[in-house]
Amino acid sequence: MLYRTAGQFKTSYEADQALFPIKQDAFLLGVILLLAVVVFPLTASEFTFQTLLIPILIYSLAALGLNILTGFAGQLSLGTAAFMGVGAYACYKMITLMPWMNPIVAILLSGVFSAGIGVAFGIPSLRIKGFYLAIATLAAQFFLVWLFEKWAWLYNYNASGAIQVPNLEMFGVYVSGPQASSIVQYYVVLFIVGLLTWVCINLTRGNLGRTWKATRDMDIAAELIGINLMKSKLTAFAVSSYIVGVAGALFVFMWRGAAEPNLFDIPLSFRILFIAIIGGLGSVMGNYLGAILIVGLPVVLNLLPNALGIPIGSATVEHLNIMIVGSLIVFFLIVEPHGLAQLWRLIREKLIIWPFPH
Amino acid sequence: MLKDIFITPFADMIDAPDFLLQVLWEGLVSGILYALIALGFVLIFRSSRIFNFAQGIMVVFAALTLVGLHAFGVPAWISVILTLGVMFGLAVSIERIVLRPLVGQPDIILFMATIGITLFLIGFGEIIFGGENKVMITEELGIPTDSVLLEPWGGLLILEEKDITAVAVAALLVIALLAFLNKTRMGRAIRALGDDHQAALSVGISLQTVWVLVWFIAGIIALVTGIAWGARAGVSFALEVIAYKALPVLMLGGLESITGAIIGGLLIGLSEKLFEIYWGQPLLGGNTETWFAFVLALIVLLFRPQGLFGERIIERV
Repeated sequence: MLYRTAGQFKTSYEADQALFPIKQDAFLLGVILLLAVVVFPLTASEFTFQTLLIPILIYSLAALGLNILTGFAGQLSLGTAAFMGVGAYACYKMITLMPWMNPIVAILLSGVFSAGIGVAFGIPSLRIKGFYLAIATLAAQFFLVWLFEKWAWLYNYNASGAIQVPNLEMFGVYVSGPQASSIVQYYVVLFIVGLLTWVCINLTRGNLGRTWKATRDMDIAAELIGINLMKSKLTAFAVSSYIVGVAGALFVFMWRGAAEPNLFDIPLSFRILFIAIIGGLGSVMGNYLGAILIVGLPVVLNLLPNALGIPIGSATVEHLNIMIVGSLIVFFLIVEPHGLAQLWRLIREKLIIWPFPH
Repeated sequence: MLKDIFITPFADMIDAPDFLLQVLWEGLVSGILYALIALGFVLIFRSSRIFNFAQGIMVVFAALTLVGLHAFGVPAWISVILTLGVMFGLAVSIERIVLRPLVGQPDIILFMATIGITLFLIGFGEIIFGGENKVMITEELGIPTDSVLLEPWGGLLILEEKDITAVAVAALLVIALLAFLNKTRMGRAIRALGDDHQAALSVGISLQTVWVLVWFIAGIIALVTGIAWGARAGVSFALEVIAYKALPVLMLGGLESITGAIIGGLLIGLSEKLFEIYWGQPLLGGNTETWFAFVLALIVLLFRPQGLFGERIIERV
């Protein structure tokens, strides 16, 4: 009833191919944006900013990057965390070498470095396919993390081997470092994530996106209809690593405040892969749904025993968390292998034809 | 610089041949264990096209169960039998709860499901057995713990008896497995399923039985690996990292080949130890073992995309 599409006629091809062919979708997005831009920042506490809002946005962005590569171009990657690390370290080096640089520009530029590294590690994908490629991306994962640890220049020869985010100012407001307030950081993250999401939606709808999808569905057939596989795969690696790199820079500069090499270890890669798969491969919106689930669930599970008054040690809660996340992954895969985005698509279909079953 | 890369390491090797042998022996032992884990992967991959990421955690889980049962006062050998029972239960429940509903899904979904199983087992294991490092019950199982001292060329070579036992048991296990796969009815059924699912089903091979069996065999292999590795390094979830090491072994050897898993394992075990000692530590600051195997496998794959022994990838349109 709320989703009635009757009466919305398209009179031109442009209107039919518009981003929101149905009015209600645009309305829904408006509501979500209103919540994200006005309501959440006004009502959220420091705790909510730091454990939910900011990480959910950053994880969504990282998953979006991975989804471009795995969901749209069909190249399975297990090295996401390492590319996030490249972005974070590149941003750190730029900021410390050129302190006058605008932090947002630095964060957006740091993705360029990880895009370069991503293309270099993407070259084997021209010859290696499927699981062999997935394991090959693990080479990037382990090698880069090792490099972060051993190459002292990267962390300015700190004794601790970790990078510390300095206080960075922009237009008289601190945007990162210990003195920055959460609400400012939230808006910076929201701006960058929103911008990149908008770019990605249009990229995946356009010529490049169709090339990627053709490569994913069957690369030989794609080649036969004249798609340059090398270009298609390498652009996918470049765009994906760029976004993942920006997400990595945000991860350290806008959320964690400091980073050690092992922060970018393989569990982070898997976490992002979970978000992308549970959210739905080949979907932009799914990344957000997946991130809400994967980031939000542990927070809820941590609060639950206290709320119910059951005394459980924090170590046990953490282990229970891992266990529950593991079972949920299996559960969601069984219920809907195409992810939460597909679930939403089904609900939307049902809503449109409601109250009729067909 | 060039001298450090191309001449000094070899000069060192010739100068101290006993040390070289020691390095090779260490590499051989870890190579055997990588090969064992890779073997578990290959068995499951061949029979079901599932890339079983949980193999590494099954190693830890089996070892933890064994040590945990013994800590409750169960005699050592009975704990081994009970652990095998637990691994069988695990195989049955994985098949029932996870795999059966997911039959026919794309490979990546099944792969993700095994990562889900991995997380579940980590959480479950830590809750029941605790996360601290435990000592493997080596002596109680009757594994000798002395070491053999050899003196080749007047040098010194130390071989730990538990490593020798591990190598011997691994070799026996591989032979038994090959005999099982090639000579028995069930083994032929497993290979048939690997060749063609539908054809195997149509001649009456039960998919469910074979899958349970294969996961159970993978569980047995996991237990043996867990005992052998636990005797060297203690039992904790840190063992998980060796599971990642089995992945380049698979790439190098090919996902479908049992021979490939064994040769790949030995090759990687030996070469990463050699590289770490003679190139990694003096030139690169050490700890190169984390990535060397992957990079080596990646380079090999560039020339042979299906690994050294994998089935040739033929693509039809």
